[in-house]
Amino acid sequence: MTGRQKLVLVGNGMAGVRTLEELLKLAPDMYDITVFGDEPYGNYNRIMLSPVLAGEKTVDDIILNDDAWYADNGITLHKGKRVTRIDRVRRCAITDDGTEAPYDRLILATGSKPFIIPVPGHDKQGVIAFRDIHDVDTMLASSRTGRRAVVIGGGLLGLEAANGLMKQGMEVTVVHLLGTLMERQLDQVAADLLMRSLQERGMQFRLQAQTTEVLGDDRVTGVRFQDGSELPADLVVMAVGIRPNIELAQQSGLYCERGILVNDTLQTFDPSIYAVGECVQHRGSVYGLVAPLFEQAKVCANHLAEYGIAKYGGSMTSTKLKVTGIDLFSAGDFNGDEHSEEMVLQDAARGVYKKLVIRDNRIKGAVMYGDTLDGAWYFQLMRDEADITDLREHLLFGQAHIGDAGHGDEASRIAALPDNAEICGCNGVCKGEIVQAITSKKLFTLEDVRAHTKASNSCGSCTGLVESLLANTLGGDYSQTPSKKSLCPCTEHTHDEVREAIRTRELKTLPAVFEAMEWSTPDGCHVCRPALNYYLLMNWPGEYEDDGRARFINERVHANIQKDGTYSVVPRIWGGVTTPAELRAIAEVAEKYQVPTVKITGGQRIDLLGVKKGDLPAMWGDLSRAGFVSGHAYGKALRTVKTCVGSEWCRFGTQDSTGLGIQLEKLTWGTWTPHKFKIGVSGCPRNCAEATIKDLGVVCVDSGYELHVGGNGGVKVRATDFLCKVGSEAEVLEYAAAFVQYYRETARYLERTAPWIERVGLSLVKQKVVEDEVGRKALAKRFAESQAYAQHDPWLERAEGADAGEYRPLNRISA
Amino acid sequence: MKQWIDIAALSDVPRLGARVVAHGEDEIAVFRAADDAVFALHNRCPHRNGPLSEGIVHGHRVTCPLHNWVIELDRGEAVAPDSGSTACYPVRVENGRILLELETAAEAAHG
Repeated sequence: MTGRQKLVLVGNGMAGVRTLEELLKLAPDMYDITVFGDEPYGNYNRIMLSPVLAGEKTVDDIILNDDAWYADNGITLHKGKRVTRIDRVRRCAITDDGTEAPYDRLILATGSKPFIIPVPGHDKQGVIAFRDIHDVDTMLASSRTGRRAVVIGGGLLGLEAANGLMKQGMEVTVVHLLGTLMERQLDQVAADLLMRSLQERGMQFRLQAQTTEVLGDDRVTGVRFQDGSELPADLVVMAVGIRPNIELAQQSGLYCERGILVNDTLQTFDPSIYAVGECVQHRGSVYGLVAPLFEQAKVCANHLAEYGIAKYGGSMTSTKLKVTGIDLFSAGDFNGDEHSEEMVLQDAARGVYKKLVIRDNRIKGAVMYGDTLDGAWYFQLMRDEADITDLREHLLFGQAHIGDAGHGDEASRIAALPDNAEICGCNGVCKGEIVQAITSKKLFTLEDVRAHTKASNSCGSCTGLVESLLANTLGGDYSQTPSKKSLCPCTEHTHDEVREAIRTRELKTLPAVFEAMEWSTPDGCHVCRPALNYYLLMNWPGEYEDDGRARFINERVHANIQKDGTYSVVPRIWGGVTTPAELRAIAEVAEKYQVPTVKITGGQRIDLLGVKKGDLPAMWGDLSRAGFVSGHAYGKALRTVKTCVGSEWCRFGTQDSTGLGIQLEKLTWGTWTPHKFKIGVSGCPRNCAEATIKDLGVVCVDSGYELHVGGNGGVKVRATDFLCKVGSEAEVLEYAAAFVQYYRETARYLERTAPWIERVGLSLVKQKVVEDEVGRKALAKRFAESQAYAQHDPWLERAEGADAGEYRPLNRISA
Repeated sequence: MKQWIDIAALSDVPRLGARVVAHGEDEIAVFRAADDAVFALHNRCPHRNGPLSEGIVHGHRVTCPLHNWVIELDRGEAVAPDSGSTACYPVRVENGRILLELETAAEAAHG
């Protein structure tokens, strides 16, 4: 006896096995697990049956969990056995051959069944559905002997089946009851485009045709329609839809409607029985796509592991057609109604069609044909219910047109890229490696790919490319990053929820957050601790004591770690203005501590690179005596204020940009922000200080000062948005303080101003910082209060002995 | 020969932190978890030699400051899907002092 609880899974498919995988991650030793599957295979990727039929993949390619996986995890697998009865009183599952498996908890993952139209002759040989490997084998066998196939059903599944059979050399006619293909995913225009390109490939269509009889003796020879016409066929594939497989649940007395009813924790009406996947009905919805199943699996596993904190709130789904060479994307309500408006882009020559359905400035649905690159982006905006007012002008042209000049068009060429094309420039990961990892390690999500290949794991600029590769390799229906993203694996809560709780529930220490928010780890991890430390510091200035152990090394030791473990030191040079005496002092320090590299930075400062950790406090002491303070070049903090010379010297200068820059730097230095924060001040619209790619940019004009926000010169070049124009330096300082504070209070940790502004919307920032005068003054006041605690030079403190143990070894022992 | 050496007081290493012991040309990172468990590893990440002593300690793990590899403090092994390991040193705490078992030159000379 192991003393473990017994868990039985009925249904060896994607939803059920995914639940086990999630469970094993959380509680590997909690259950003795038994799995029943009525197919004679391990768990395979059902969404990849179409490529198998098309000859693009083999059955082995799509097996997700082979026998060894079950053995390695101590799972008892009964292949080819069907559970016919659940004795809920004795808590026991019973199969057709009399095998009994007792359970403490049971998961129903019985999937769905294809719907066979009950016309005369539907049971003849050569009439099949398109659901499992057996059906695919039958189709492949028929394609070798027969010539003509009829596919009944012009939906997603039918078209994929038809395409596969055509690839196998058959003459294929798709029969559809309605006048529009894929009417549940496409509008008329997109459906017509799709039909035309399928026709060009040789597919034939009979639309608005109702099948009344399957002809033939034992074997099918053709079909007859209501108008009396006939079509010869050696194979008939019925792909008119699926129905949740609820037979077993019904027989066992579990409440079912269209599917097995479950609550937000995926429990059926019998609390010891859970259900996941296509057999489930949740809040009135039944799902037939893979992404919702995975979301359900995660929640179900969380409860089986007795964590008890996850909830399933339903899924929003999107569709891509897995027909190689046809790009089609559909999500949400794509037809709209009298309350919605449409945005349409149609380019017949390029074969491109995009339609967005918008209601109350929010995307409600999308249909795209020909160019589906931005499908994931629209889908994200839709799931986030993001206000698109500020994006409206460029929305239809795609994300690449929203200020992103850096990596815009690469994703569109992704399919054509060679295997040795580098996708992730930070970690040197090529396309081939990523595709290999996705297929051989059976990866479904961006997180999986990051963990296994490191692609997009550093700066993140290739995230879109990696997602496209996932979509391409998996044929589309891959599991997208959920929009409700937890802060880190230690918690189910999002950044926003945690920050809100810290404020409203007055949580003032890390352990208080861990306890109140039910953290799953005793002391967090390298992702959540720095984030929480920031939120606590921002919310409770003066009260919360900064925790060095919750800070990344650079911020803990106030210098930037380099690849060889040495550090760089960047003193603050206010507004980029220095003196011969200061330069002399820096030169002396550089010589005294044998600094190997002295570099002028892009932010008008001097970087001393290659300093040994043990030398830092003494070096800072020397710099302090020369009047320098820390430049915070290592922090999620105010970095530099870049200026041009302005009206003091420049013949074009309109205002004293240098002096204003120095005032801004004196105002903001020392503040901790969600991510690094850079300011620029240009003395005229020629903009020599490049203020319009800074987080906050001031462009001086003759009549005053233009304030620009949300720029970025890094990974994704983004020009600033114009915030407003003010008339005096005092106003610049007030608006700047309010803007920084609003960013500090509402952005997520590690979110630069650029993505933050795109997320919350420029309108809202304008409203809070420009239009609401009382609010602006309150923001500026809160900023001033927090600065009272922040503007202490960390270098001087350490030169005077703070944290001394940090900078010297505990002991020296000769080897 | 190997010998247990008293290197410091437990209180010299902050909770959820690390300190370094210079050992000839090498460095040994000494970690202290929240539960006061103490670990000693060669101060180099198996990935690109990052100084593990500068990483964030969580549970009985440390995250390398250079590229976020996570290393198990008790075995020195990288957490999957990364793979690799760094050397561990026997270490224990007695009467509030940290003892490290090391090969020392002094002892070698005597032996």
